[in-house]
Amino acid sequence: MKAQSFTQARQAAPAAHHGHPHESARLHVAGEATYVDDIRELAGTAHAALGLSTQAHARIVAIELDAVRAMPGVIAVFTAADIPGTNDCGPIIHDDPILADGVVHYVGQPLFAVVADSHEHARRAARRAKVSYEPLPAVLDPLQAKAQNSFVLPPMQLVRGEPAARLAAAPRRLRGSWQVGGQEQFYLEGQISYAVPREDGCIHLWCSTQHPTEMQHVVSHALGLAANQVVVEMRRMGGGFGGKESQSALFACVAALAAARLRRPVKLRPDRDDDFMITGKRHDFHYEYEVGFDDEGRILAARIEMVARAGFSADLSGPVATRAICHFDNAYYLADVDIRALCARTNTQSNTAFRGFGGPQGAVAIEYIIDSIARELGRDALDVRKLNFYGGAGRDLTPYGQRVEDNVIHELVAELEADSAYRERRRAITAYNAGSPVLKKGLALTPVKFGISFNVAHYNQAGALVHVYTDGSVLVNHGGTEMGQGLNTKVCQVVAHTLGIALAQVRATAADTSKVANTSATAASTGADLNGKAAEDAARRIRQRLADFVAQRHGIDADAVRFADDHVHAGAVAIPFAECVQQAYQARVQLWSEGFYTTPGLSWDRSTLTGRPFYYFAYGAAVAEVLVDTLTGEWRLLRADLLHDAGNSINPAIDVGQVEGAFIQGMGWLTMEELWWNKDGRLMTHAPSTYKIPAAHDCPAEFHTRLFRNSNHEETILRSKAVGEPPLLLGFAVLFALRDAVTAVGDGRSAPPLRAPATPEAILDAIDAVRAACAHTAAEPQP
Amino acid sequence: MNTDAIRLLLNGEPVDVTGIAPTTSLLAWLRIHRGLTGTKEGCAEGDCGACTVVVGELAGDTDSLRLFSVNACIQFMPALDGKAVFTVEYLRRQAEDRLHPVQQAMVDCHGSQCGFCTPGFVMSLWDLYNACVPDGTRPDAARISSQLTGNLCRCTGYRPILEAGQRMFEHPAQALDREAVRAALLRLRRSEALDYAHDGAHFFAPRTLEALIELRSRHPQATVLAGCTDIGLWVNKQFRDVGDLLYIGQVEALQQVVEARGRLRIGAAVSLSDAFAALCLPYPELGELWERFASPPVRNAGTLGGNVANGSPIGDSMPALIALGAEVVVHGPGGRRSLPLEAFYLDYMRKDLAADEIVEAVEVPVHESALRFRSWKLSKRFDSDISAVCGAFALRLEDGVVRGPRIAFGGMAATPRRALRTEAAIDGRRWDEDTLTAALRALAEDYAPLSDLRASADYRRRTAAALLRRFYLETRAQDPLDAQQTRVFAAFDSFAAQP
Repeated sequence: MKAQSFTQARQAAPAAHHGHPHESARLHVAGEATYVDDIRELAGTAHAALGLSTQAHARIVAIELDAVRAMPGVIAVFTAADIPGTNDCGPIIHDDPILADGVVHYVGQPLFAVVADSHEHARRAARRAKVSYEPLPAVLDPLQAKAQNSFVLPPMQLVRGEPAARLAAAPRRLRGSWQVGGQEQFYLEGQISYAVPREDGCIHLWCSTQHPTEMQHVVSHALGLAANQVVVEMRRMGGGFGGKESQSALFACVAALAAARLRRPVKLRPDRDDDFMITGKRHDFHYEYEVGFDDEGRILAARIEMVARAGFSADLSGPVATRAICHFDNAYYLADVDIRALCARTNTQSNTAFRGFGGPQGAVAIEYIIDSIARELGRDALDVRKLNFYGGAGRDLTPYGQRVEDNVIHELVAELEADSAYRERRRAITAYNAGSPVLKKGLALTPVKFGISFNVAHYNQAGALVHVYTDGSVLVNHGGTEMGQGLNTKVCQVVAHTLGIALAQVRATAADTSKVANTSATAASTGADLNGKAAEDAARRIRQRLADFVAQRHGIDADAVRFADDHVHAGAVAIPFAECVQQAYQARVQLWSEGFYTTPGLSWDRSTLTGRPFYYFAYGAAVAEVLVDTLTGEWRLLRADLLHDAGNSINPAIDVGQVEGAFIQGMGWLTMEELWWNKDGRLMTHAPSTYKIPAAHDCPAEFHTRLFRNSNHEETILRSKAVGEPPLLLGFAVLFALRDAVTAVGDGRSAPPLRAPATPEAILDAIDAVRAACAHTAAEPQP
Repeated sequence: MNTDAIRLLLNGEPVDVTGIAPTTSLLAWLRIHRGLTGTKEGCAEGDCGACTVVVGELAGDTDSLRLFSVNACIQFMPALDGKAVFTVEYLRRQAEDRLHPVQQAMVDCHGSQCGFCTPGFVMSLWDLYNACVPDGTRPDAARISSQLTGNLCRCTGYRPILEAGQRMFEHPAQALDREAVRAALLRLRRSEALDYAHDGAHFFAPRTLEALIELRSRHPQATVLAGCTDIGLWVNKQFRDVGDLLYIGQVEALQQVVEARGRLRIGAAVSLSDAFAALCLPYPELGELWERFASPPVRNAGTLGGNVANGSPIGDSMPALIALGAEVVVHGPGGRRSLPLEAFYLDYMRKDLAADEIVEAVEVPVHESALRFRSWKLSKRFDSDISAVCGAFALRLEDGVVRGPRIAFGGMAATPRRALRTEAAIDGRRWDEDTLTAALRALAEDYAPLSDLRASADYRRRTAAALLRRFYLETRAQDPLDAQQTRVFAAFDSFAAQP
């Protein structure tokens, strides 16, 4: 294992562009970082648990709750009828009941909440309800939903050029179907909300959420309160990954409902199984595609229909499908395309945001197609990928009409290809496979281009508050939420950098809807871009006031005042920052400020799916080498090489952590993480005992990660680039390395039908398919 | 009601505990009753490691201090009577309010992102640190990975945490005062067996086998408890009322591993860690299975006797034990009886065990002549995953002819079961491709597996055959393949050789 390539200065580390530890690192390791369940409970705190549907689709004939009420410690039971306001917590379309009313739409849907004197009592009581159902027909498969024309939203389609004609005219064509599975977020800290009633009907809510403002809205709607009666506070999450963007709402609403009704504090912490059963996951996608290409592998036209499992309600499926459409191109110029996306309504959990937000599902499809083209032609897949990259005359316009102006994919891939010794290893692997009867190696390099910004323009805004206190210490509050990604660290770095003070002088507070209002979700990788800029704006306003004050006092021009090294420099005079602040206070200078930011230049036409949805693109590439057992389908990742573009990184250590973590998470999605529903629509993989995310041995022994030397050509915060989601797509390399290894079982020319997640069973199925195909021409190669 | 108090050492301080249900988990007690919220609940089933703590106990004739990691979410409080519990909060205290070297290394390596799993990782690393610091050894990368297989991290991808496992030794050593802990535990030692009761539910912790047998016949409805790694889930996940608990973890006689007359006798209360360590000496072929069997905290708490007595169709120890010809020793009021392990399992979760009997030991023959033996499991993940299929194969070759084959599978039927048709198809025949073909045909007749979340019936059938083929490739007389040619996990075979 090699050390990473960011440098650690020994002294006087600069605030920005330096690998500072996470602002909570010392608290994390000491067990002193406070999550919602760690907040000292107020006296009289009660605990809620949810009673869940056991049916995938049914009319509720009766709910018998007397047995629940009779259980030890039970205080109250609430159903939909007890909600004074709107029984809905849907983020966009209002089709998400908080508690089921009349009909249940999936196994796991909450029917009622029981409140008891302890978590344990509430959980036990919740199991005692007797519900009689009248079953209704359930649709459990997205393709079945498509066949029945059952969608949560109208179909979306983006067409450019004349794909049908160009496909018909193409010298070569491939068509097929494929699928990738869903993925549970598996944040280590589950969903949780703790609601405390305050005076005059107000509610204070601690909630593990990526979207405090949305929680404020849904709680106020559910309880019939004004927004100014609900305060949502969020210090940190134990992971979010998209799963706490919209879907923390149900828990927030139930905790708030119970607290308001009982006039006592109520905490709702579903246990891990309930969390899995209730909440939505990454959408699984099913594809039908056709591609036309030339003899070298250059794509001439492509057509794809993507069917996403939306689940029982819309939730964020619309924007997810939009992002899938906008990432089908990945790093490739597709001249004539027809991209269609359908959000299938199924009687399963309502699928939602998960790191990448449809982007990975869009991009992985074109990678599968290109990989298939390469195998069809007997070419190295990397060569076919390069041939299709954006770049060159007339090859820089995305299907949705945005010009790719910051393209670095050629340089980035060339650098990784050389650094990872891709060609030498390709030769070595070919030789190994020729002499290895049972085990086969595979190698793949896959690129990433990922658009940064919310597709919906108005979400691209942020606010911040910076307070400079008279001792020179600084407190920053902003609209983003800390879920482990290091947002608070970066925002503190920006503020320290702007004020020319040491990072240790700046502290970030909890996100709080009573401080910065009308915040956007911390999502779409935009947290640091938006909130960093807003905090910079606030810090600059204070800096300007200090500069004016110092300039006047020392008789120099305000523009000549510099802020650096914990001092304010006015010509030859250097005043310690704290002293300067004290003087300014005495002179009645305002030492706190708000800041605000909106991303410039965005446009999006929802009807045509065209415009400029993204401020810029982030790039990356990964090389993976795997070893596959052709008898059982078991495999190991032997080595991974990652090169990722984080622009001029604010914190290279944190960004490397994001890149590595996203790569492993993307690998997990495409290999071992399998969601499995039984024939009754019950999710049977609902805890870490049955749902397997990568563990320690899945980290490759040889793992090289570097950040690509780059600067954002747009004027982003300190010229950095967003890094949360894009590197998740680096995990593609593992899937295609597995496919490469499977191909080695046959003649090298057939493209194995390897579905994802590529579990050992899926890999063995693909191996058997290759062997069956080869059996037509030759005897089956058996060790 | 008069009851014994549970007495334990919490972060170095003696504590008496009463007034909680015997099934109260250590995690709930730490968080709710003691306000020690550094230890987190991630899953409440021993699979994520966010609740990892370190337990210390006196062991052996010399009362030496043994330290090991466990999952606090599935430890019942009375089982910790007489033991020391260390939580993440202890480390900073030990380091006089500075960060402990384990913690500092985690900060230096950027080993935390969201931080929720971090205390669990810190405690798993501290367990390793304590094992290495006294004698100045340094773990290699493989051992650090192995130590952390029970801790899930969703943010980092593990690389920085694994690096911290090496870097933690670069700081000035912060050795635990083991003698002080040992002395404190000696002071806690009680003269009589613990009888803890709350709200009508008892927790008995007899010291002798006689007392255990006597209690068992008096309380045939009680639940026999060993490592709590399964029964903890009955309570946490299924809300089962387990009634009175009869804890075997304090019975001296059940804690021993004895080798005599060509048999390894493993007491029912011997942990999986110790049991595998003992089994891997004569059978290093078990190394990969050991590595993949649950995780260190589960292996440290759980017992081989419990795995066997529980009799899950997918228990990973049974196929290997059956293939090796292990016997289970059952003890009741009428005395002992032994039976072949495969005969112990009657049907799905049904065993040849009377209500007043307990499993006392597992006896495994130590074969003198060269036994060709392998046991492998298949699952979606290498670490800590329940197997789709687990197979074990044992035979001798005499002049190229198969003698006395024993083949068993888990995950292929309602119980772990021998492949009798397959054995018959190869016994007495040359170990060659033709025999393999016959064996594969027979194997298809031996089992009718089911489809479930772990694998389809078809995959189970195909890979049971694949494992048999792999066994053949590695053991055939002509041109056998070595592990490096047949197994992607072969590197882990060296695990068994580790101290």
